[in-house]
Amino acid sequence: MSEARNSIAAPMGMAGSNPRADMLTHIILVLGVLLFALPIWIVLMGSTHDAGTIGRGDVPLLPGAEAAANYSAVWSQGNKRRAGVPVSIMMFNSAIMALLITFGKIAISIISAYAVAFFSFPGRMLFFWAIFITLMLPVEVRIFPTFQVVSDLGLVNTYAGLIVPLIASATATLLFRQFFLTIPDELVEAAKMDGAGPIRFFKDVVLPLSATNIAALFVILFVYGWNQYLWPLLVTTSTDVETIMIGIVKMLGSQGDTEWHLVMTTTVLALLPPVAIVILMQRWFVKGLVETEK
Amino acid sequence: MAELKLSGIVKNFGAVRVLHGIDLAVQNGEMIVIVGASGCGKSTLLRIVAGLERATGGTVLIDDRDVTALEPAARDIAMVFQNYALYPHMRVFDNMAYGLRIRGLAKDDIKRRVQEAADLLGLSALLDRRPRELSGGQRQRVAMGRAIVREPKLFLFDEPLSNLDAKLRVAMRAEIKRLQRRLGVTSLFVTHDQVEAMTLGDRLVVMHEGRAAQIASPMEIFERPADTYVAGFIGSPAMNFLPATITEDGKGARLSDGNIIALPPGQFAAQPGQKVTLGIRPEHISLPGPLRLTTDLIEPLGSESVVHGRLASGETMALRLPGAPPSATVLEIAPRAEHLHVFDAETGKRLPPPA
Repeated sequence: MSEARNSIAAPMGMAGSNPRADMLTHIILVLGVLLFALPIWIVLMGSTHDAGTIGRGDVPLLPGAEAAANYSAVWSQGNKRRAGVPVSIMMFNSAIMALLITFGKIAISIISAYAVAFFSFPGRMLFFWAIFITLMLPVEVRIFPTFQVVSDLGLVNTYAGLIVPLIASATATLLFRQFFLTIPDELVEAAKMDGAGPIRFFKDVVLPLSATNIAALFVILFVYGWNQYLWPLLVTTSTDVETIMIGIVKMLGSQGDTEWHLVMTTTVLALLPPVAIVILMQRWFVKGLVETEK
Repeated sequence: MAELKLSGIVKNFGAVRVLHGIDLAVQNGEMIVIVGASGCGKSTLLRIVAGLERATGGTVLIDDRDVTALEPAARDIAMVFQNYALYPHMRVFDNMAYGLRIRGLAKDDIKRRVQEAADLLGLSALLDRRPRELSGGQRQRVAMGRAIVREPKLFLFDEPLSNLDAKLRVAMRAEIKRLQRRLGVTSLFVTHDQVEAMTLGDRLVVMHEGRAAQIASPMEIFERPADTYVAGFIGSPAMNFLPATITEDGKGARLSDGNIIALPPGQFAAQPGQKVTLGIRPEHISLPGPLRLTTDLIEPLGSESVVHGRLASGETMALRLPGAPPSATVLEIAPRAEHLHVFDAETGKRLPPPA
């Protein structure tokens, strides 16, 4: 880890020695920050104004007075003019979906990676490649056959239909497999000599050693699950299981018909969980991505 | 404590045969060191005893029980690995206790045993640390502690000292020997280091290309090596070899430059005219003598000097001379007959004593 820090620190030191280069660096950085932060700032400010402000075509850059009213309105009622669902329900649905997808993906991929990495059985490489090749297929390619299966099973408009098809994860399996391959053979053998069977070894050694990897994956997969749009769009038609992403899009009507202040309020709310997860798990996340020593 | 008996151990990796039938009987409490160059099959043999590798043929008996087909855990043995293989996420205490917990021992028993082993190894103050907070020597001790607490029938050591620095290696070597004596557990110790082998083993197994070239006590191997491989492997600097032919009267050997060296009487059954290889250790050469050696490198070691050079007939030789290095560039040297080894030039085997 210290090496990575040094290599990042070195270029900064070089720039610091030259005032003009220093200024250029700052200009570029400020531009970058503006580019990324401005839209979010506008959304944040927009969520504190009444319907009229944005309706007139203004882009508010300063906070307004309607924040409390807007947030409590969408939280408990949603966007009433467009027959909306309360944002609290949609957030709950999204949270259930994102969490179950995350746990499901981690659980399934870690045990399949364990099988592929530590056991030799006939067809092991075949299984590995079968998993690996599905990496290259984007969700969209298999979305219609998947929908067919889900609808035949009667899972449309259920949590199960929303979550189960997204649970298999080739990427996570591959990631865990690569990590497992770095566990020294001697450790496996030492556990064998100690009398640990495969399940004990998994529980007592592999799982604790994978903790940082699991944390990193948790962050990535939670954000992935939270941001799902296409699949929920197909598989939910009732408002019971509607997710926040679908809800936001449904709030958008024709230009004059959209209550932008409410859309922006909802957007801010939708942003919060992923941001919270990233901030809370940041330390673990970085550790999981850079840690190589065991 | 147990007796270990290997008979006819054969191992193939695919089409390659790496062990060609090893027989070995280890007595109760004995420390056997398996030594050989890398690739000689010594680690494979140890892993077959451990149960981590399955033998292609032959049987492994521990206390007359056939364990050839058993899993490692069922053999009641413990192993110390080269890189220690400690569980990185567990404290020292848990590392040592893990095997006992799996065996379902009572908590008090586990605590007592771990504490005893920790006291024995000087680890008592470190029980709450994690492996990464320990030095190499301490990790090594934990790995041994993990083996000791199990109170196994057999200790297996797979080059446990080769990751330590030179000074620590010497200290740990003595410690292992003392510990093994004290516990009296039958042990197999694999190493490529001849000094470790000589100092640790009650008996050595010198392995060469998948065969046991010689199984004997360290001094026996040093004084009466069974063939040229063993002779050259044990001893430092290595034994000098000179091609020669037995003289007509059978009492001497003629070197390629015509010089005749007398054989020690009554030790080797040599036929007149037989082609042989003479072996002479560097420390068994004295001045002056009939052979002329042109020196090309002198290594002063303080109490003695190692001189490398070339004979008039072209063979290179090394000799150890006591005291300060000689100043002359040409030395007249003589192998001491009583320390001469005679091997058959074709088979490399030591000539048997006369019948």
